Amino acid sequence: MSTAASVPYTVERATRASRVAAVLGAALVVLAVSLPWWGTNVAMRSVVEISCYLVFASMWNLLAGYGGLVSIGQQGFLGLGGYFLFIFAQKMGVNPFVSVPLAALVAAAISVPTAQFVFRLQGGYFAVGTWVVAEVFRLIFANVSALGGGSGTSLTAMVGIPKATREMITYWMALAIVVFAVGLVYGLLRSRFGLALTAIRDSERAAESQGIDVARVKLIVYVLAAFGAGLAGALYYLSNLRISPDVAFSVNWTAFSIFIVLIGGIGTIEGPILGALLFWLLNNYLSDYGSWYLIGLGLMAIVVIIKWPRGIWGSLSHRFGWQLFPVQRTLRLDKE
Amino acid sequence: MLNWIDTILQGIILGGLYALFALGQSLILGVMRLTNVAHGDFIILGSFAGYALISGIPGTPLTGLGLNPVITMLILLPIAASFGYGLQRGVLNGTLGADPMPSLVVTFGLSIIIQNLLLELFSADPRSISALGVETKSLALGENIHIGILPLIIFVLALAATALMEWLFHRTDLGRAFRATADDIDTVRLMGVNHRHVYALATAIAFALIGLAGMLQGLRTVIQPADGPGLLLYAFEAVIIGGLGSFWGTFAGGVLLGVAQSIGFRFDPGWGILIGHVVFLVMLMIRPSGFFPKTR
Repeated sequence: MSTAASVPYTVERATRASRVAAVLGAALVVLAVSLPWWGTNVAMRSVVEISCYLVFASMWNLLAGYGGLVSIGQQGFLGLGGYFLFIFAQKMGVNPFVSVPLAALVAAAISVPTAQFVFRLQGGYFAVGTWVVAEVFRLIFANVSALGGGSGTSLTAMVGIPKATREMITYWMALAIVVFAVGLVYGLLRSRFGLALTAIRDSERAAESQGIDVARVKLIVYVLAAFGAGLAGALYYLSNLRISPDVAFSVNWTAFSIFIVLIGGIGTIEGPILGALLFWLLNNYLSDYGSWYLIGLGLMAIVVIIKWPRGIWGSLSHRFGWQLFPVQRTLRLDKE
Repeated sequence: MLNWIDTILQGIILGGLYALFALGQSLILGVMRLTNVAHGDFIILGSFAGYALISGIPGTPLTGLGLNPVITMLILLPIAASFGYGLQRGVLNGTLGADPMPSLVVTFGLSIIIQNLLLELFSADPRSISALGVETKSLALGENIHIGILPLIIFVLALAATALMEWLFHRTDLGRAFRATADDIDTVRLMGVNHRHVYALATAIAFALIGLAGMLQGLRTVIQPADGPGLLLYAFEAVIIGGLGSFWGTFAGGVLLGVAQSIGFRFDPGWGILIGHVVFLVMLMIRPSGFFPKTR
């Protein structure tokens, strides 16, 4: 052992692709920030929409793909984010843009007591349990007549703000939220916490025997995912201006995010980004087919999980060794 | 006071139906730990299959057989069971394992496919299966308490199905194979049992129960393509409240849920289902392993 310790080594945490990607990513962000000056309103609205899918799907990926906590109730926190945006902005007179992070914080705060219930269940039971909780939220808001009950309500607090200003700030907020969410997941997974999280996914018992506080790690990831879902929901309804419980708490949100994550590549940071872009394209060009479009999405999800569990990015990364967001540690022995 | 007795009685009767929804789920969970997210959608698929056997598919040349509901049920149940067997061997067996993700995604995908196929074939219009006049008959138990004959028949069928499942699971060779496969699949395979076949038989029986539940749901109320997820949640709640591996537990869970909803509906029509979910969550806190847990 003593000889092994004297061998010089370095721990590499970046790849060449990741260095290139960091530069290109920064350039892309600068380009995106300037979009309002050279792009169309339609383009801005599309970016906001893609951002909502991307953030929501990334959070589902963090929870299920990295944490092994397969939830079908994340729409509960998306809906809470949307509704608390309306409560802050509409009922309490808070600036609508400031209300977005506040609403997400409330969603995260509500997820803490919720965890006490759903963590009594495991695996598939956990999944259905989270769905029950989302239904509880939906039914509660459907009974609040001050928020329009079952038919919902409109965000009129935005009326005083000129349309161009409103769209620009919403757009920049969407960008900031995407950078924050992707950065959060990336930073988290590169840290000790990320190691603990993936250890739990791969073997809960082995992780616990190594001294990881499993319950605490799971709770943190659950609360963070709720915060992210709440952000996505608040952002979505900031640009949509109309909310109703059946849409805000619809299980379709989670269905779409599962599709996005699986097709893009589960357990990768790049996957949900690719998946969200692809989903937005499909949605734009095929959603006129209505139920046949949804049947196609369902079929694709089934085929992908059985025949192609790596998804697009997982396959590329496996084939070419690409890693834009490297989270692993590579030990390299230095030559004397 | 009389009103409360009525409310609770109606809740118990409703709970019988929920127990029937849940029995198939209870069997599949007990034997192979498979969470079938499309469970409720399969029940609704059963309802629409019964509807189509009798009245055909609207807007197509298919006219249906026009037989009475009991004979239709006798035709439907073997079809449902064969479908279940095929589904398990063809698709679901490949998704089992320590990771819950594949089975959850596959059944979730099936749920979306079934809902949208039914929507294409039958539109979103509410439909129901005629019970030939039985649905309007009721039994008077005192002055202000009436029980519908049809709900009573459903309750008795649910009791009978629960007793049958309990007998099957604990008193027959097939039941022994089910329990053994649930306990220790490796040993079972060493004993020469084909676990894929055993799983498929369990799913076949579960789908016969699903067919029965679907037919009865179509007889007692109106059905719509998007009803499935609600039924899944009731079934799941009944199984968890009752405790895994016990069919009488599932029955008790269904009844508790039915009573909770019935009381909730008495306070406010918007609260019934909410109170049912809340009672489930409270039960989860105070008795996470359910009333009568047999397996872990």
